[in-house]
Amino acid sequence: MCMKQIIGEPGIDLSSDSKMDLKLTRNSESFHKPNSSNHNLNSFNQASQYFPNLSPTNFLSRAENLQQNLKTKSTNSFEPNLNSGMATQNPPLDWDPHAMLSNLSFLEQKIHEVQSLVQSIIDQQAEFSSRPSELATRQQLATADLTCIIIQLISTAGSLLPSIKNTLLSNNPALRQLVNPDFNNNLKCEGLIRNFPETARNSEYEDLLRNLDNEADWMKEPNPPPQSDIVDANPIDEHDLKESDDGDAEREHLPPGSYIVLQLEKEEILAPHTHFCVICGKGFKRDANLRMHMRGHGDEYKTPAALAKPSKEPGSDAHPVTRYSCPFVGCKRNKEHKKFQPLKTILCVKNHYKRSHCDKSYTCSRCHAKKFSVIADLKTHEKHCGRDKWQCSCGTTFSRKDKLFGHVALFQGHTPALPMDEVKASGSGQGNDDMTEDLGGYNGNFASEECLTSMDVKGIDESRAYFSPMNFDGFGALDEFGRGGFDLEDNPFAFIPSGFGQRSGDS
Amino acid sequence: MEMETRMKKRIRVEANTEPSESPFEALSEEILFLILDLLDSNPLDKKSFSLVSRSFFAVEARHRRSLTPLRPELLPFVLSRYNSISHLNLTLCPYLSDASLSSIASLLGPSLRSINLSGSRSYSHRGIESLANKCFNLEEIDVSNGVELTDEAAAAIGRMSKVERVRMGRCKKVTDLGIGCIAVCCPNLKLLCLKGCVGVTDLGVALIAVKCRKLRSLDVSFTMITKKCLPAIAQLPNLEDLCMTGCLGINDKALVTLKQGFKSLQALDMSNCQNISQASVSSILQKNPSLHHLNLSYCSPVNSMLSGLHGVFKLNSIKLDGCHVSTDGLKSLANSCISLKELSLSKCSGVTDEGISVIVAKHKDLVKLDATCCRYITDLSLAAITSSCASLVSLSMESCTKVTWEGFRLIGRHCPKLEELNLTDTDLDDEGLTSLSQCQNLTSLKIGICLKITDEGLIQIGRSCPHLQELDLYRSIGITDKGVSEIARGCSNLETICMSYCTSISDESLKCLSNCARLNTLEIRGCSLVSSVGISAIAARCCNLSKLDIKKCYEINDAAMLSFARFSHNLRQINLSYCSVTDVGVSALASISCLQVVTMLHLSGMSADGLAAALLMCGSLMKVKLHVSFKPFISPVLINRVESRGCMFQWLNKPFQVQLESSEVWKQQSHDIFVE
Repeated sequence: MCMKQIIGEPGIDLSSDSKMDLKLTRNSESFHKPNSSNHNLNSFNQASQYFPNLSPTNFLSRAENLQQNLKTKSTNSFEPNLNSGMATQNPPLDWDPHAMLSNLSFLEQKIHEVQSLVQSIIDQQAEFSSRPSELATRQQLATADLTCIIIQLISTAGSLLPSIKNTLLSNNPALRQLVNPDFNNNLKCEGLIRNFPETARNSEYEDLLRNLDNEADWMKEPNPPPQSDIVDANPIDEHDLKESDDGDAEREHLPPGSYIVLQLEKEEILAPHTHFCVICGKGFKRDANLRMHMRGHGDEYKTPAALAKPSKEPGSDAHPVTRYSCPFVGCKRNKEHKKFQPLKTILCVKNHYKRSHCDKSYTCSRCHAKKFSVIADLKTHEKHCGRDKWQCSCGTTFSRKDKLFGHVALFQGHTPALPMDEVKASGSGQGNDDMTEDLGGYNGNFASEECLTSMDVKGIDESRAYFSPMNFDGFGALDEFGRGGFDLEDNPFAFIPSGFGQRSGDS
Repeated sequence: MEMETRMKKRIRVEANTEPSESPFEALSEEILFLILDLLDSNPLDKKSFSLVSRSFFAVEARHRRSLTPLRPELLPFVLSRYNSISHLNLTLCPYLSDASLSSIASLLGPSLRSINLSGSRSYSHRGIESLANKCFNLEEIDVSNGVELTDEAAAAIGRMSKVERVRMGRCKKVTDLGIGCIAVCCPNLKLLCLKGCVGVTDLGVALIAVKCRKLRSLDVSFTMITKKCLPAIAQLPNLEDLCMTGCLGINDKALVTLKQGFKSLQALDMSNCQNISQASVSSILQKNPSLHHLNLSYCSPVNSMLSGLHGVFKLNSIKLDGCHVSTDGLKSLANSCISLKELSLSKCSGVTDEGISVIVAKHKDLVKLDATCCRYITDLSLAAITSSCASLVSLSMESCTKVTWEGFRLIGRHCPKLEELNLTDTDLDDEGLTSLSQCQNLTSLKIGICLKITDEGLIQIGRSCPHLQELDLYRSIGITDKGVSEIARGCSNLETICMSYCTSISDESLKCLSNCARLNTLEIRGCSLVSSVGISAIAARCCNLSKLDIKKCYEINDAAMLSFARFSHNLRQINLSYCSVTDVGVSALASISCLQVVTMLHLSGMSADGLAAALLMCGSLMKVKLHVSFKPFISPVLINRVESRGCMFQWLNKPFQVQLESSEVWKQQSHDIFVE
């Protein structure tokens, strides 16, 4: 319910400093009107780039901001029209001077680039006559840059005038052509795929994009572009690409699956709360708790309609099965992986991400050895901790015998370890060697059984004295014991007791 | 060989007179080794050889590679003489302590390659550990019957990294963990026997199959394995021999669902797997085209085993003992196999003349046929068998009561290659026996419970079958001294003879039989005419005698025991119930150094004290059967002590019964039991 269709969600590219400033200001300004253009969470890489600079406070505010976004988007998914409605109601909140400034400077830079490019074409026109292919390439570059500028311009303006851009772009076929994905591939622009544009109703900007590359046109593109979807740190290229990627992704996921692939951001996955109060910003794990909370904010939240469980959006029934992708690039659960295996629910995403890509911060309080990143796993483990009776020679313990044997079968050289009391008994078996040496000293007197049995007992007693039980508690001791058995390096004749030579000589 | 030895002895005597110029000193060690290589048949020859001279003694000690000691006490001395022993068989030593194993390990060290400890239960994992530590060239170890051995012992075996053959039958306390240690640490394992290791489950067996890829032979009989480990076993690339006798967890489903067959399996033993039926059989045969030997004995007493077989199989040998086999089943078996060599239908119900005829008509190369207790087959079957299978070597028709003299005549006329023939409990008569004497290659002839045969037939056998090694005349009451003496004269290679309840046999027969120097097993139970005179003759001249049954030979007394004590150093097993033996005889018997199994019931002359003295004296005893009435008179301390040496007591409560049943009555009674 709280999913956010980040996939391919465009963001304005900002330097990390300005971005952080932005966050802080926005945070102080308002919670209940997010602007998707003010955060750039599209890529895990980029997010992680920013993190080193974060002070704890920054991080907190950022997290709240994220939660805020999240909340709004989840609402949006229920009521797609609400977003635009709210946007028109509160344009001043949406308009951010810092973002605008950065956008404009970006445009300026881009225009300069195109300028120089066109200039170079003019300068080298003579050379191009002999190499028409290169000229074509340059032209394509220029066209792509121009496209980029136009889109940026529109999006910048669109943040001010959301109602205008729809008519502006959707009726402009030339513009649509310009955003052909092939160009983007030529430009080596890389970005995230947006797999499902219909769900991208999060922001005005995305609305714009959706109109720009309207579904049917893109799906009919003859050549599906290759998957070059590794997130690039270059903000400009990334920005260029996002729009077109929507189209790419749409075609990409259609053939294999009848399901939609959604990808949550790292921060969303790790957020402790998924439901936020639009008034005070308090977070909740459950929607029901939030609704109970909302009652305190006024009578309008106490109506049965407000308290009722929000029914599913009628349109969502028409949606195909939804599956989730892990935001960690390279993970098998990431949709860009060749053998992508989608995750079934958000809970799966959360558990998968924590287990696979996060530190294991919860340590078992009993064994102090096992660590977990999901607290439920820790609790499950603690229930059984200490009861693992199946142990491997490597020290790993298992609660089930078949698991141990699976482990032993898998790894070379690992053997099932015998229970500790038996190992101790075999420790006394080590003392047996001493016993043999003693026997050698007896010079063959050991024919009589009394002698043997008494010595047997003596051997055991001695070994008990020599080997304190502590020696066999650790695994290290076990290893030593194991090695002793395989020690083939020694001189074989060293084993023969000294008395032996004399005896054989006598006979 | 003996001539050679005697010659040497003579020369030795001469040599002793002139010790300085002994001609034997000139012989090189290589030549002596060559001579010793040829002296393998009789253990006493080597003894004589080593007594020739000091250098011969030393050479013999160096030459010897395998040793089967009778008593563990002398091992240190023996091993210090024979210190290059590589194969040590300790099955005759019922008491082996950990210290004995330690000393063996120290004395032999890396030269030891194979050790058999299956006769003893008194050692523990510590003994095996000392072997593992010092005998690191050990390739073969047999710890079967080590019922007290734990996983630690298995782990110690695992430390013998070069070990290739491990037998650990009946090690009931060993679990998957121990087997896991062996599996991981012994990559060279080629043979593993886990027969009766009830603690081992699928996990252990599957791990063996995963880790020991060189495994050729695997015995998981009488374990609790189920279908879960079969896929892993099927993956073994070199497995040739798989024995799954008595695995009740293996059922049709396990075998039918098995995706692929065993890659290189040649012999499969599934006897006593009572949950498999004909579906499994066809599945096995179709998935394993290279299978040569298949044993399905006692698998399914109800289902017909072979119906509906399709395909072409390379089976050489199939055993269907105790199964229901229909004529159709035999037909399809005959049609689908290329060339059967061995067929066992022992105790199969449903076998008819037609079935046998179809099989033998198709498979003329049949070498071995077992039709024991196929009561419906008649002379027709024998006509078919003898007309097509000229190369038949072994034929068993025990209790085929409908076969008449015509049939036996056919056997004699058409089966010249026959070596083993079992006609126990048939209607064989002298005429039949006379025609059987044409099978001149016979080595084993079992004609017990043939009440019609007399000396006349037996004389023919004795005259024309010089290779006979085993003769069974159990309850063939028509036989007298005359026939037996002819056998003793003609069959000098005789090793085993059973004349139990041939009541006409007397000392005369035994005196003649004493000419058969190779005789090692003699059963004359219930031959009440035999006295100490006859049996002493046997004792004096048959020095290989190892098994003796003289139950109910009332005339045998202490004199016979004294001659056993004097001559029969190889006697291992004796039953002297009802004999007239007293304390003197029993204590004389106890002085035989390798006596292992003794049955002494209803010895009127034996007292408890005499018994106690004998038990104390005889250190090599493994099993003693006594009447329960003696139990209160023998101190528990003594019993404990004897038991701690590895001896088992069996207290029987059989009633005292002097009178012998007449064999006719006995036969009728046993048939009545069968019919019921």
